[in-house]
Amino acid sequence: MSDYFMMEGYGLYIWSSYAITAVAMVFLLVTSLRGLGQSRIELDQLETLLKSRRPRRSKSRDARP
Amino acid sequence: MHRFAKPSVFLKLADTLMPWMIAITVITGGTGLYLGLFWSPADYQQGDTVRIMYIHVPTAWMGLFCYVGMAICGAMSLIWKHPLADIAARATAPVGAMFTALCLITGSLWGEPMWGTWWVWDARLTSMLILLFLYLGYMALVNAFDDPERGSKAGSALALVGVVNVPIVKFSVDWWNTLHQPASVARMDGPSIDPSMLWPLMLMAVAFTGYYFIILAIRVRSELNERRIRALQLSGLFEQGDGTTSGSALYDQGHNAGAGK
Amino acid sequence: MSLSRAKSRKRQRLYLAGAALLAIAGAAALALTAFEESVVFFFSPTEIAAQSPIDEARRLRVGGLVEEGSITKVGSGETTLFVVTDMANSITVSYTGILPDLFREGQGVVAEGSMNSNGQFVAREVLAKHDENYMPREVADALKESGYWQELEAKNAENMLN
Repeated sequence: MSDYFMMEGYGLYIWSSYAITAVAMVFLLVTSLRGLGQSRIELDQLETLLKSRRPRRSKSRDARP
Repeated sequence: MHRFAKPSVFLKLADTLMPWMIAITVITGGTGLYLGLFWSPADYQQGDTVRIMYIHVPTAWMGLFCYVGMAICGAMSLIWKHPLADIAARATAPVGAMFTALCLITGSLWGEPMWGTWWVWDARLTSMLILLFLYLGYMALVNAFDDPERGSKAGSALALVGVVNVPIVKFSVDWWNTLHQPASVARMDGPSIDPSMLWPLMLMAVAFTGYYFIILAIRVRSELNERRIRALQLSGLFEQGDGTTSGSALYDQGHNAGAGK
Repeated sequence: MSLSRAKSRKRQRLYLAGAALLAIAGAAALALTAFEESVVFFFSPTEIAAQSPIDEARRLRVGGLVEEGSITKVGSGETTLFVVTDMANSITVSYTGILPDLFREGQGVVAEGSMNSNGQFVAREVLAKHDENYMPREVADALKESGYWQELEAKNAENMLN
């Protein structure tokens, strides 16, 4: 098993390639999702605020221009 | 074409496709990883380091693919002023930049044990580095202006100019002598990769493409929300008019909504 | 009326973008042709022979295949002598240090360094340049037995040198 992870002595190069790629891809996914979540919260707050002043907007989760 | 450029149509399409995109990405990515790390054999000359290829090559393809997509969207935003094209270009840039950077990093990790060096200034490696700088330049440029429209104009122009670099990256290994070897997959006489190694490579490429479209859908959606927020804040400001401060209060509240969390 | 004017403006922008792209592509092509010398990563032994005598202070790279049976260790074994060939001309390279894992007879290499007074190339760095074929060891062994290997090797040598 440890032979497998050694990868004929190149393990460090191979595993760090995969690890760096995985970390970067997960990071971009998480920041993108977080940005979307934050924009939804902001939009909801703004729309309820506007609706309290003149009740006509539909309560959509996302922008519908 | 123009029909899909309507944000509401895009959002509906993205909603329908999202579960499929996630399924394809997870299945091809999982299978590709298993085949690449366990099932596929070591290479006759490069040994196990060939496994770096299963991420290095797809990230390189994605770096080029995203750039072409970004430039096409940039052109559409310049010529036809499609707001969605501009949003898609802005959403593509960070994904393409990430894939290009990963291609350079994994290439470096492959070059050190096999070539004997982390980096050389040959035509392939240099043109790939220029690709990364084009992405970074685009991202800096679109955010450099207070007026988003001017930002996207400048950014789209840069994206279009930089498209010249894409064929240079692809054909650098044929046009000049380089340390990097010529193409193994997209070549005239068919791939020079054994099927047992081509399979994980192709599966990983499909998975990365799926990942790109998932991120694209998420980022376009949040950018549409941001623009809606900006529009609402502006309309809120204009609606006051009766001497109350509700307009600016509304603006501040909207603007700072995410800050407290 | 205004619709058709907007349309013609769009077309104008399209032509403008197309023309700009063409101009930039042309400029890039010109620039790359003009600087072809500096884009070249290494010289083949034939190109080196054509340029000789080469100033000893000049740093350059020579690329080619390691000639079969040409690898010898000198001194205490840290210095390696080998011949880099492009099948037409060859050049003797001496290098002190650790060679890349792929270094062996018949392998493509790129050496960086300078010529000495004996016409020997003293390398400061030796890099391996491998071909674009990927296959399992068993497949490579089978190819070697079938005799197709020579054909593949000749093709690689040709690839390496242009």
